[in-house]
Amino acid sequence: MNKKNSLMQKLCAAPHIVWSVIFIVVPLAMVVYYALTDNNGNFSTVNIERLGDYTTTFLRSIWLGIIATVICLVIAYPLAYIISQSKLRVQSTMVMLIMIPMWMNFLLRTYSWMALLEDSGVINTLLGYIGIGPFKMINTQGAVVLGMVYNFLPFMVLPIYSVMVKLDKNLVEAAQDLGANKINVFSKVIFPSTLSGVVSGITMVFVPSVSTFYISQKLGGGNVVLIGDIIEMQFQVSNNFHFGAALSLVLMILILICMAVMNKFGDPEADEAAGGVIL
Amino acid sequence: MIKKIFAVISALTMVSISASPLALAAEKEKDYSHLKGTEINVYNWGEYIADGSDGIMDVNKEFEKEYGIKINYTTFDSNENMYNKLKGGGANYDIVIPSDYMIERMIDEDMLVKLNFDNIPNYVNIMDKYKNLYFDPNNEYSVPYNVGMVGLVYNTKMVDEVPDSWSIMWDEKYAGQILMFNNPRDAFGLAQALLGIDFNTDDTEQWHKAYDKLKEQKKVVKSYVMDDVFIKMEGGDAAIAAYYAGDCLCMIENNPDLAFVYPKEGTNIFVDSVCIPKSCQNKEAAELYINFLLREDVALANAEFLYYATPNQAVLDNPEYSLRDEKVLYPDEEDMPKTQYFHNLPPETLALMTSLWDNLKIEGSKDTGMYIGLISFATVCTAYGVFHFIRKKKREKMYY
Repeated sequence: MNKKNSLMQKLCAAPHIVWSVIFIVVPLAMVVYYALTDNNGNFSTVNIERLGDYTTTFLRSIWLGIIATVICLVIAYPLAYIISQSKLRVQSTMVMLIMIPMWMNFLLRTYSWMALLEDSGVINTLLGYIGIGPFKMINTQGAVVLGMVYNFLPFMVLPIYSVMVKLDKNLVEAAQDLGANKINVFSKVIFPSTLSGVVSGITMVFVPSVSTFYISQKLGGGNVVLIGDIIEMQFQVSNNFHFGAALSLVLMILILICMAVMNKFGDPEADEAAGGVIL
Repeated sequence: MIKKIFAVISALTMVSISASPLALAAEKEKDYSHLKGTEINVYNWGEYIADGSDGIMDVNKEFEKEYGIKINYTTFDSNENMYNKLKGGGANYDIVIPSDYMIERMIDEDMLVKLNFDNIPNYVNIMDKYKNLYFDPNNEYSVPYNVGMVGLVYNTKMVDEVPDSWSIMWDEKYAGQILMFNNPRDAFGLAQALLGIDFNTDDTEQWHKAYDKLKEQKKVVKSYVMDDVFIKMEGGDAAIAAYYAGDCLCMIENNPDLAFVYPKEGTNIFVDSVCIPKSCQNKEAAELYINFLLREDVALANAEFLYYATPNQAVLDNPEYSLRDEKVLYPDEEDMPKTQYFHNLPPETLALMTSLWDNLKIEGSKDTGMYIGLISFATVCTAYGVFHFIRKKKREKMYY
């Protein structure tokens, strides 16, 4: 019985394994291969050595990614809490409202922000009517961070929300019965038990923010260059797959390190949950 | 005067050839019924064919209707993209429409097949000056589709003078209102034109000179853009931009405050041509398609729709062609700017150019805030980590 079961299990898992090998393991291996070879296919570290010139760009990407993630977290956590505390019907409506913008194309939404933030765009025109401005908004780091927050906020809200609705209300009541004040209830009960949602939310916002190129191109106007732009350019313009692969490889390693450091902050239970998300 | 007479004579011969009953008869006689039901894969630039909007002919549909050959139409957004896809060998195309320097490279790398011009009688419509171009000197591989030049588009409400030089894109008076190309080849081209350097030089020093020029420009540039130039110029968000002439005409149509000029230093000219790649499966149908594109009514539809200059004499002679007197596309002989083609750069030069371009984009930003932020963030994280660790140890002590 057991044996049959395990055969069944293997068969069921097979498509996923094949999928993972073809679309995850093989491409990763190709990235490593390209990063460590030159045009003739010989082993070379030229590409890795060149990376030093781009330290500032790497740091800038990570910095803007951190800012966007923190802002997302600050907005999303209370929002998720409010949603999870409201009536069931209201809950589904509010989740809907967060999801609906995601049905529109990501590129289109970023493009619209460009029209909004432009020097003579919608926002500055409206401000002009009441005699303020115009402000320089587009082509700044602020605009890029705004684009990241706007585009990736749902990825922060939804995991936190899904953990929060599962939160056992009895725990909160028990803490209150034992005399904990509001701050203690939050910091000792609610926050620790929703930490796994927070960690996966951070992962889902931080990783795409660091590696984005479209947002920085459109809202940064080519003045805010992130590492994603440089990678994109290696493939699209300069045809230098090897250097592009080296940049991607380092980016992946950096993100992995950031995630590992972050996981250290969670408690052991959350560590496992988050580990599942990344690895 | 002699020149003029000559021009008239050659124009007349062109007309007579294209209208000669012989050529027409030959076209009619050919029987293409055996190609019915076959397919061709066409790979073209995005928005680069009349597609039936604006009441102009839908070229691909017309071809399908006429010959019963199905067209699978896909698009690319840069020569390099198209090259990578063909080189990768992942897809079979019967028709590609790259630009000049890319065609040179593809011929070099043996990626194209020779055309059989017996199947392309409408080739007589192509103007002589677009035959035997540098990238295909014996005219074996390519048939010109569109011609374009880079020029300066500016907003007359925001710019008082009539610019005549690329140097206005370096003018601090217009700081923050200038749009620059967001691709290295065109951007370097502008700097090279201004400095009087050959676009295709392989001299490292010259490229560095152009780079310094671009670096100097960076502080007055509003943003580096490609297609976004439309929305920004039409909306009055920028005063000056360099872009392709046909596209600039489009912008002027949507915002009459805009005007266009070819700077005196000269500019880049490009020719996009139709070719057949080695992966072609249905060469006869592909040649039929090329011939179809050159037919007067089809080429006219494309010229009206795309706003690019046509290399097709029959279209230019057609009184119905609304842009035939448009000086931006067809400047008079004496107003014709100095032009130069881009050639395929050797790999080392290409690498140099892109790394300079990377540097240009990266350098000069003020990063002090970022470093302070990163360091303080790291400090906070470490402090929290240490605090957490100590508290954990304390608790463990309490339990035991």
